[in-house]
Amino acid sequence: MRRYAGVDSGSWNTKAVVIDHDGLVLGTSVVRSGADLAVAAERAYAEALARAGCEAADISAVWSTGFGRDAVAFADGSRTELDCHGRGAAFHVKGPLVVIDIGGQDAKVIRLDANGHRLSHRMNRKCAAGTGSFLDEIALRLGIETAALDVLAAQSTEEFELSSFCTVFAGTELLTLIRAGRRPSDLAMAAYRSLMKRVIAMDVFDGRVVATGGVVAYHPTMVALLSEALHVEVTVPPHPQEMGAFGAALAARDGAVSVGPGGDDARSSRSLPLAGETP
Amino acid sequence: MAAPRAELASTAALRDTMSAYYRGLGEAVEKKTAPVAWCTSVGPAELLRALGFVVHFPENHAAMLGAGRTANRYLPVAHAQGYSQDICSYLTSDIGAYLSGESPLSAFGLHGVPRADVLVFNTNQCRDVRDWFEWYGRQWNVPVIGINSPRSVGEVTEAEIGDVTRQLEALVPILERVAGTRLDSARLTTAMSAARDASALWERCLTTATHRPSPFTFFDGTIHMGPAVVLRGAPEAATYYGTLLAELEERTRTGVQAVPGESLRLYWDGMPVWGRLRALSTTFAEFRTAVVASTYCNSWIFSTLDPADPWRSMARSSVELFIARSDEPKERYIERMVKLYDVDGIVFHDCRTCPNNTNSRYGMPRRLSERLGIPTLMLDGDVNDLRCFSDEQAKTNIEGFVEQLADGRAAAGRAAR
Ligand code: SF4
Repeated sequence: MRRYAGVDSGSWNTKAVVIDHDGLVLGTSVVRSGADLAVAAERAYAEALARAGCEAADISAVWSTGFGRDAVAFADGSRTELDCHGRGAAFHVKGPLVVIDIGGQDAKVIRLDANGHRLSHRMNRKCAAGTGSFLDEIALRLGIETAALDVLAAQSTEEFELSSFCTVFAGTELLTLIRAGRRPSDLAMAAYRSLMKRVIAMDVFDGRVVATGGVVAYHPTMVALLSEALHVEVTVPPHPQEMGAFGAALAARDGAVSVGPGGDDARSSRSLPLAGETP
Repeated sequence: MAAPRAELASTAALRDTMSAYYRGLGEAVEKKTAPVAWCTSVGPAELLRALGFVVHFPENHAAMLGAGRTANRYLPVAHAQGYSQDICSYLTSDIGAYLSGESPLSAFGLHGVPRADVLVFNTNQCRDVRDWFEWYGRQWNVPVIGINSPRSVGEVTEAEIGDVTRQLEALVPILERVAGTRLDSARLTTAMSAARDASALWERCLTTATHRPSPFTFFDGTIHMGPAVVLRGAPEAATYYGTLLAELEERTRTGVQAVPGESLRLYWDGMPVWGRLRALSTTFAEFRTAVVASTYCNSWIFSTLDPADPWRSMARSSVELFIARSDEPKERYIERMVKLYDVDGIVFHDCRTCPNNTNSRYGMPRRLSERLGIPTLMLDGDVNDLRCFSDEQAKTNIEGFVEQLADGRAAAGRAAR
């Protein structure tokens, strides 16, 4: 059996996934990235291999993705997270589709055609608004763990808006609202709504919608709000948090063109097809 | 790994040309041999030269601050004076540098930017240039005059050309008074001819990039456009572009590639990110992607300048400038360039502090992408304020775009087989 792996080196977490040739997930892992991305990548990979019950020698190819993709020294190729989240989502849901990925530090919207080919992508500006960090900040102000925000929001009965989308402004606005007697559950819900609005303003959503990333993995409220606002059933595929790593494993399986500026041939930009060449 | 990029031999001549210009400026100030005028980059430089002014272009100075990565040191100084972080970072870095008593021009014997006898703006590009010049005007108590240009011009009309012509003519008495001389129409004709000749050669340099593989990129262009900006109306500009053109034509004959192994070709719209020119140029080159043309470098082609009809042709070239136009003519222009340079995609730089030279905020990328059937990329950044630019995000954005284009080509190849 041929097996493939993907490692998603994110700024917050490093994720690894091992798949078989049909794309069946055999093992996954999520570890903190910390300061040394290379070490985190090795740890995540080793864990995923152990869970898949195999060794590095059993893996036909491993590709990297994510912010630290070039730090994954053992990777045979790399693709951006824009590619891998799209690739992973398109494996589960047929295009045309729009993929929303909300990570801890960034958010992306990726549009794919009927064949799963990328049409465009949008990334959020250099700012925490519209990313998972926004929820962390809100949870901090409410004095709870981020993971508890979802349960809290479920008790919300009154709908209102946070007027600021800036993470810092929203934090202070929240304090004012608490003093004014607003219920924490309504505030938690308002925070989700604010994040949702930032995300849906990033692009036009005109196909099926798939949501990936850590935020939707742990915050079903976010998915419900997105579905309501976009008037479609937003699909959350299996392993949403590891979707980038899963996509990288698919890229390894498919032998996608690696455009990364790596040192060896497989990763070098030389593998980018020349005008008129077919790879 | 791809072979290293071939450097242009003309760069030595470029350095000499630019140094001679800066030194000339310094000498005129030091020895008081000529009056000093400041001019916006697309202001009436020919007129100023004809009146014997030495001309300083603060945008060139600000670009030096950006490229030298000192801009971010000076920005807070101007912000503290009440000049917002959201306005032109050319303006704020330049004023900040002045208040800090520092300038890269000191390498050429100047003590900071040259003190102006008059500041002459043209708002065809933005309002910020006027605010910028007025700051110095108050500082030195010297006249600030200029052209208040029509903006967002659709089809260029006689009314607009007439208006700008009259405004240009109205500058003359004030400039004559400051210069202490009368305008000599023969000198104006000479300056106009010099500007037209240099512009024609610059255009030919840029269009060598229509060749596949391209001998020249947008990043080269941002460096080599120096003389087109600061020596407009002076004979040295045409001399330099003659040299550059010869080298570029030689490159096309011998197949020297600006980006070794060029595979993809892109068009750049918007300002450069001066502090990241080399990094961006390297990133694109690593992906064997040549950014072959840009609105920015093309903006110093003034093909309608006509020495036989100086006033109206100066007015026309000011009014018809890309940055002064509405989206419809801008889109037609970019469409022409996309076809001429045969590019695979368009990069729109969303320049945080320059909405005037940012064309991605009113839906243009989507419209062009749909009409031309090629993808567009939006890159967040800034001309001089590097706090608005993320290296990592830019790299992922660019790499993701290259992947998309490479996959598109691979799919087209499979379909053709
Ligand atoms: S066009 Fe933009 S960068 Fe240039 S001076 Fe105006 S605001 Fe500044």
